[in-house]
Amino acid sequence: MERRSPAFTIFVYVCALLLAAIILAPIAWLFIMSISPAADLAAKPLRWWPQAADFSRYQTLLSTAENSAGAAFTSSLRNSLEIAGMATLAALALAIPAGWAVSRTPAIGWSLSMVIATYMLPPVALAVPLYMGLSHLGLLNNVFGLALVYLTILAPFTTWLMKSGFDSIPREIEAAAMIDGAGLFQTLRIITLPLAAPVMATSALFAVLLAWDEFFYALLFTSDQRAKTLTVAIADLAGGRVSDYGLIATAGVLAALPPVLIGLVMQRALISGLTSGGVKG
Amino acid sequence: MSSTWMTTRAWLLMLPLLVVMVAVIGWPLVDTVNLSFTDAKLVGTGGNYVGFDNYTNMLSSSNFSRTLVTTTLFAVISVAAEMVIGVLAALLLNQQFHGRAVLRALMILPWALPTVVNATLWRLIYNPEYGALNAALTQLNLIDAYRSWLGEPGTALAALIVADCWKNFPLVALIALAALQAVPRDITAASLVDGAGPFNRFRFVILPYLAGPLMVALVLRTIEAFKVFDIIWVMTRGGPANSTRTLSILVYQEAFSFQRAGSGASLALIVTLLVTVLAVAYAALVRKTAGSAA
Amino acid sequence: MLKTITKTLVGAVFAGGLLVPHAFAETTLNALFMAQAAYSEADVRAMTDAFTKANPDVKVNLEFVPYEGLHDKTVLAQGSGGGYDVVLFDVIWPAEYATNKVLVDVSSKITDDMKKGVLPGAWTTVQYDGKYYGMPWILDTKYLFYNKEILEKAGIKAPPKTWEELGAQAKIIQDKGLLKTPIAWSWSQAEAAICDYTTLVSAYGGDFLKDGKPDFQNGGGLSALKYMVDSYKSGLTNPNSKEFLEEDVRKVFENGDAAFALNWTYMYNMANDPKDSKVVGKVGVVPAPGVTGISDVSAVNGSMGLGVTAVSKHPDEAWKYIAFMTSQATQNQYAKLSLPIWASSYDDPAVTKGQEELIAAAKLGLAAMYPRPTTPKYQELSTALQQAIQESLLGQSSPEDALNTAAKNSGL
Repeated sequence: MERRSPAFTIFVYVCALLLAAIILAPIAWLFIMSISPAADLAAKPLRWWPQAADFSRYQTLLSTAENSAGAAFTSSLRNSLEIAGMATLAALALAIPAGWAVSRTPAIGWSLSMVIATYMLPPVALAVPLYMGLSHLGLLNNVFGLALVYLTILAPFTTWLMKSGFDSIPREIEAAAMIDGAGLFQTLRIITLPLAAPVMATSALFAVLLAWDEFFYALLFTSDQRAKTLTVAIADLAGGRVSDYGLIATAGVLAALPPVLIGLVMQRALISGLTSGGVKG
Repeated sequence: MSSTWMTTRAWLLMLPLLVVMVAVIGWPLVDTVNLSFTDAKLVGTGGNYVGFDNYTNMLSSSNFSRTLVTTTLFAVISVAAEMVIGVLAALLLNQQFHGRAVLRALMILPWALPTVVNATLWRLIYNPEYGALNAALTQLNLIDAYRSWLGEPGTALAALIVADCWKNFPLVALIALAALQAVPRDITAASLVDGAGPFNRFRFVILPYLAGPLMVALVLRTIEAFKVFDIIWVMTRGGPANSTRTLSILVYQEAFSFQRAGSGASLALIVTLLVTVLAVAYAALVRKTAGSAA
Repeated sequence: MLKTITKTLVGAVFAGGLLVPHAFAETTLNALFMAQAAYSEADVRAMTDAFTKANPDVKVNLEFVPYEGLHDKTVLAQGSGGGYDVVLFDVIWPAEYATNKVLVDVSSKITDDMKKGVLPGAWTTVQYDGKYYGMPWILDTKYLFYNKEILEKAGIKAPPKTWEELGAQAKIIQDKGLLKTPIAWSWSQAEAAICDYTTLVSAYGGDFLKDGKPDFQNGGGLSALKYMVDSYKSGLTNPNSKEFLEEDVRKVFENGDAAFALNWTYMYNMANDPKDSKVVGKVGVVPAPGVTGISDVSAVNGSMGLGVTAVSKHPDEAWKYIAFMTSQATQNQYAKLSLPIWASSYDDPAVTKGQEELIAAAKLGLAAMYPRPTTPKYQELSTALQQAIQESLLGQSSPEDALNTAAKNSGL
C-alpha cells in the first residue's frame, strides 16, 4: 500500500471522482430543480443550470397562510416531527429497561430474539388488523395512533441497539456501586445510564430516521392534515398530478434536510450503530 | 441476591416492551391468520369461514406467480449489485487519497435521503419527455431519441433497481469499510511480502474479515427488498402492464383497493412465510460463514 | 370484554389529545378533493373561502390527493371516527359507495329547482338504483385538442372529424417533419387509460357489459383497442403516452410537442395561460371524433360529484357546503377550468366569453357522453382493463387475447 505506482494513484483518484459524481449528481439535480424556473425544466435541450435562481417555491411551501398549499405542507412537516418524536420517546422508554434486562440476564435473551424476529414480518401482514383496531379505538388519522403503530418498527431496533450498548458497559462497575451500598435504581441512574448516554443518543437518532422515512402505514392510516406525514404528502405531489417538477423537488429537499443534516453531523455515531448490525434498509 | 429474583426482575423490566409488542404485532398477526380463512371485506361485517379457499385461490392465480418472479428478480439483482458496488466503494475508500474524509462523509447522503424522496427524485430523472437522464444521454450522443424508461417493461424494473441501488449501496460500503479498517495492517503487509497478487490478497486475506458483517447486511437488505413497497408505489405503481408489481403492491391492491381483507390477509401471510424461510436459510448461512471465518 | 378495557385505557390516555378539537363551538368539516384536472386547487380554496365567509360558524379543512388516491382514501377513511364529511367521487364509484354504505342517500335534499336547472346528463354522475348520492359538480369529458399553428403549417384546413382522419392528419404532420410523434394520450396503467379507451368505445359503438356480463372483448370494444394499438405501432402516437397521465399530456401539449391531444376541459384555459404555456392562442378544441357510419363525435362521461359520507357527524352543514359549491353562481364564477352543470349557464355571456370554441365543443361532447360500466366491482374491472390495454400496446398480447383475459379477470 505504501509503495503505490503512479498509475494506481491516478486510478484511485479517477475512481474517487466517479464515486463522488455518482453520489452527488442526483442530489445536486434535486436541488437545482427546486430553484429552476418551470420553463427551464421543460426546455429541450434541457437547461442544466437556471438562468436565474428562483427560491419562490420554498416560500410557497413554507407559508402558513390558512388553507394554502403551504399550510398543507407545513402541517405534514409538523405531523412528521410530532410522530417521530413521540414514537422515539416511547420506543426508548420501552427499550432501555428491556435492553438492560436482557444484557444482564442472558437467560431471557430468547424473548428479545423473538421481538427482533418480527423484523421479518412485512407490514402488509399486520396492516388490515391494525387498520381495524385503530378504527375501533378512533385512532385512525391521528398522530397518536400512527406513533403507536411505529413502535412495531422502532421498538425492536432500539431495544437491540440498547442491549449491545449495555453489553459494552462492564457489569463490574455496577457491582462495585452496589457493594458501596447503592440500590439498583440508584446504580442505574448514577452509573449505567450516563455511561449508556451515547448509545441512547444513537438509538434515538435511528428511531427518528426510521419514523421519518416510514410511508406504508402513514399512507393507510392517515388521511388529512390532522395526521398526514411528509412522506405521504410528497408521494401525493409526485403522483403525476403536479406539473411543476420544481415544486416536487422543493418538497423533496425540505423533507430530506433533517435526516441529511442528522446524517452529516452525527456520522460517527450512526456508522458505529450501523456496524454493530447494519440497521435500516 | 438470588438468581430467581434476578430473572423475575429482568422479566419485569422486559414486560412493558412485551406488552406493547403483543398489542401492535402479536395480536394483529393472529387476527390476520383468522381473517385469512374468511371472506371478510375491509369495511363492514366479519365475513364467513371459507377454509383454505383464499390460499388456494391466491396460490393458483397467475397474478401471484408472476408477482413472485418480479419480486425475486428485484430482490436478487438489487441486493447483489448493492453488495458488489458497496464492497468496491469500500475498498476505494480504504485507500489513501486527498479528500477521502469528505467522500466518506458524502456516502451517508443517499442513505439518509427518505425513501419516498429518493423515489420521487428518480421518477423525475426518468421522465420520458423532460427527464435529466434522457437529456444527458442524448447530449452525450449515447441515445438518439428520448426513451420511456418507466414505461417499457424491459427497462422499468431495471430503472427501479438502479434507484434502489443508488440509495442502498452506500450502506453496504460503510459497513464494509468499517470491517476493512479492522483488518490488522501487519497481516496485509505479510501477504505482500509473501507475494500474493491483489486478487488472492482480497480473496484469502481481506474477505474473511468482511464476510461476517456483509452477511448481516445481505440478510437485512434481502428481507427489505422482498418486502419492497414505497419506491415502487411512488415510481410506477406496479406498471407498465404490471411488470413491476411486487408482492406488497399486490397485497395492497387486494386488501385495500378491492377491499377483500380475507384474501389480502392470506396473501400477506404467504409473503410472510416466504420471507421467514428466506431469513432462516440465511441465518444458517451466516452461522456457517461466521464459523469458517473464525 | 378485553376490547372494552383496552378501549377505555387507550381512550383515557389519548382523551386529552382528542378532546381539543371539540372545545370550539363551531363546526368543522373535512372535505376531500383531488389535485389537478378540472377546478384547480386554488379555485377550490377560493370557493371554500367564500363559503366560510358566508357561514362563519363552519370551518372547512380541505384535503387534496392525486386522482389515483381518491378512491382508496375515501374508503380507508370510512373506518376512522374523524373521517371526511364531504368527498369528491368519480362517476364510476356511486355503485360501490352505495353498496358499501360509504355515501348517504340525499334524494330528499335535491330540490325541484336543482332537478330542473341541472343538465340531465349530469345527474347520471350521482345516481345509482334510482337514488341520489350527491350533487354533480364537475361536468367533464375528453375533447380533442389541436395545435392550430402546426395544423396550419401542415396545410390542414380543419381538425379531424373521424379517428381515421386524425391518423391521416398526424401522418401529414409527421411526414412534413413538423413533429416526430404528433398525438399524445394518457395511457399510463391508470384510470386515465380507461377514459381514453371509453372515448374510443363510444366512437365505435361498443358495449362494456351486456346483461351484466363483459362484452368489451367483442365488436366496438375490440375495435377501440385495436385503434389504440395501431396508432401506437404506426409511430403517430407519442410512445411515451403509455406512461402519461393527463398532466403529462398537458405539459407536452403546452410545450408545443404535440399536434393532437385528448384531454379534459381544464386544459383549454391552462394551455392559453402564458405563465406555463408556449402555445397560447394556438389552442384548438373540438369534440373527440367519431367513426364513419357509426358516430359523429365521441365522449366519455368523466363527471364527478360531491357527496356526504355516512360517517359524517355534520351531514346538514356538509350538504350546505355541497349546495354552495355546486350552485350556479359559484360554478359560473369559476367556469374557466370546469364547465357548469347548469343548463342555462351555457347561454350566459359571462360564462362563454373568451371560450366560445370550448363551449361549442362542449355542447356536442357533453351530449354524447358515454358511461363507463356501473358496477360495485368497478375497481377490479378497471384494473383488468388497464392491464389489457398496456399489454396490447406493448405487444405482449393481441388485443383479442388481452380483452378476453380481462373479461375473465373482471370479477363479473
